[in-house]
Order: sequence, then structure tokens, then C-alpha cells
Amino acid sequence: MAVEHASERLVELLSRDDALQDQWVDAVAATLGGRISRAELERELTDLYQALTQALGKGGLDWRGEDYSEVRALLVEMSRTRARHGFTPTETAVSVFACKDVLAPTTDSTAEDITAYLQLTRLLDALGLFTIETYARAREEIISAQAEQLLELSTPVVKLWEGVVAVPLVGTLDSARTQVVMEKLLQSLVDSESEHAIIDITGVPAVDTEVAQHLLKTVVAARLMGAECTISGIRPQIAQTLVALGVQFGDIVTKATLADALRHVLHRSGAQQPAAPSTAGGDR
Amino acid sequence: MSDRVPILRIGQVLLVSIQIDLEDQTVLDLQDDLAERIVATGAGGVVIDITALEIVDSFVGRMLANTAAISRMLDAETVVVGMRPAVAITLVELGLSLGGVRTALTLDKGLALLERDRTARTARP
Repeated sequence: MAVEHASERLVELLSRDDALQDQWVDAVAATLGGRISRAELERELTDLYQALTQALGKGGLDWRGEDYSEVRALLVEMSRTRARHGFTPTETAVSVFACKDVLAPTTDSTAEDITAYLQLTRLLDALGLFTIETYARAREEIISAQAEQLLELSTPVVKLWEGVVAVPLVGTLDSARTQVVMEKLLQSLVDSESEHAIIDITGVPAVDTEVAQHLLKTVVAARLMGAECTISGIRPQIAQTLVALGVQFGDIVTKATLADALRHVLHRSGAQQPAAPSTAGGDR
Repeated sequence: MSDRVPILRIGQVLLVSIQIDLEDQTVLDLQDDLAERIVATGAGGVVIDITALEIVDSFVGRMLANTAAISRMLDAETVVVGMRPAVAITLVELGLSLGGVRTALTLDKGLALLERDRTARTARP
């Protein structure tokens, strides 16, 4: 079979000369512009080179086969590291494609060698695509992990006073986030037995009808549980937008600033106010 | 014969602690029992504790509102206490805001609320 023959010939070509490996490392190092140390690159590519030669010898040209599992594992590791260090897809894939150049046929190559080279090109193309796919997957994993972290970080529920919790909202509100805010706020009301909650929307750049609807729902749900919600930090433009949209907050207390809201809440809950800090702010 | 929810009396307050999943018949029985007990005891307040309630449908939601209305007609203020966040969210999504029902986070706070109400009422001429 011609294919088997080609792979045997390739193994021969690849193991003939140690200089080939160095040429490969040189070619890759040139494209990466010194962002990976040469020693590291050499180690990476030597492993890959050996694995590839071995796989060619054993498993022919079928890169999906069992014999290529080590090559694939090495490629996965490489593209993950590249993705994490912020290399571009081109810079990642070039590590594989550069192997073609070092074996490029010259005018004195035999027809057999050229056939073998063409087979290798096909194989390396497949491996290159595999690298890019892994790279993209690694990037997506990073992005989704970050989005999740952001969701967790962006909704802290802080205790302002005995029986008063606040949620300072920062950034754009969408349904998913508002849902998280709602659940966290209600849960913290139960956990801390707080009767008052302040939702501060100073950091929210835009409020549309949907967001307003979510805010209203949160307030109503808190009421059902026996807690009062105050909304603070509505900026002038947002107030204008809300009125233009026809949103009405009804009997929900709204205050301009978080400080006003806290003062209001403390005034309302008067009797439950702890005595200790009253020397500083006793004339409220 | 379905289970009946016990109605306990503490001073001037009737305490209904719902510990089981509510079936429609249980809910109706409870409404009857409660109305009778309010009249029999002359209670000034009703506390419905739903801390153990994990699932609420629109029927139970409406029942809470109805019970509050009935009690008020019999001169007893109703406070629903211990609603879980998930239950509150469900009720809001169902569009039930339980207008006219007073709520408190815990049984303790609910009783304190009724107490405050009563002193305020007796203070008025």
C-alpha cells in the first residue's frame, strides 16, 4: 500500500537528521517573538517530534487512531498553555504547521519523497486544525469561568446596620443577574433576620422596563417575606427615562442616595436601633 | 378524612403552624376552623407560620389572602410569618402580591408586630 509506504518513508526522513528538529524549533521561535523561552520551546517540540515520529511508525497516517493519542495529548496541552498565555490562534497553529517547511521537498527529491511529503502535509493540516479547535475550546472555558465569577462577585449583599442589609448593584442588569440578586437578597434577609433591605442602583448605567420590572418583583417578594425594601441611587437621567417609560414604583420608597435610604430606614425602625453608635450620629 | 391543621391559642393570638403539604380540602377545612375559633375565643390576632411550607400554588396563595380578609372581618389581624425566598419568588411570579396580608420574617417578629398593633389600638380613644 502506498500510504503505509509513505509513512515508513516519512519516519525515515524525520529520523534521518537531528538538524530537522532544530530547524523546526527555529521556525517556531521566529514567529513567537521570544515570548516563550527557547529551552521551553525545545522541550515542547522535541516531545511532539518524537511522539509524531513514533506514531507515524506505528499507526500510519490516521491521526484519530489510538497510536496518535500521545501526539493529541501533547497538542491539547500546548494549545491550552498558549490560550492561557494570550497567544493568537495563528501563533498556536504555526507550531504545527512549521514542521512542513523543514521537510519541504527540493528539486532533487524523488517522486516518492514528494508523495510522502504530501501525505505528511495532509496529516499536519489535520493536527493543526485540531490544535485550533482545542485552543478555541480552552478560550471558551476561560470566558465562561470568568462570566460565572463575575456573576458571583458582582452581587454582594452587605450588612449596613443591625437589621439592615444593602445590595450595591454595579454594571448592567439582565434577567439572569437580577434573578441571582433577588435570590441572594431574599436568602440574606432570612439568614440575618433583617427587616429592611436597600437596593442601591447607583452603578447601574441603564434601567429599562424589564429591569424595573425585576426590581419591583424583588421588592414585592421581600414584602411577602415581611421585609421592606428601599431603592436608592436613582440617577436623574434614569428617573427621567423611567417616567418616560411609564414605570411607576407605587408605594415603594425611593431615595436619591444610599445615605438618605439608610437614614430613612433607621428612622423607620427607630426602636430597634442599637444604642452604641448614637453619640456620633444621635441627632438624626 | 384529610389531616387537619391544628390551631393553637397563645393569649390573645391564634397560632396556625402549617407543617404538612397542603391539599385543597385541608385548606378549606382550615379556613372554616379558623373562623370558628376566632369567634369562639375572641382572639385579636392570627399568626400563620409557613416556615415548613416548601411548595405553594396559586390556590394556597389565594387562601392566605382570603383567610386574612375573613379574620379582619372578625376583628383579628393576620400575620403570615416565615415565608421562604423560593416561595416568595413563586408567588410573585404567579402575580399574587397578597395585598392586605401582613408579613414578618419570623414567628417572633410576627408576634411582636401584633403586640405593637394591639397597644397602638388600645392607646387610641
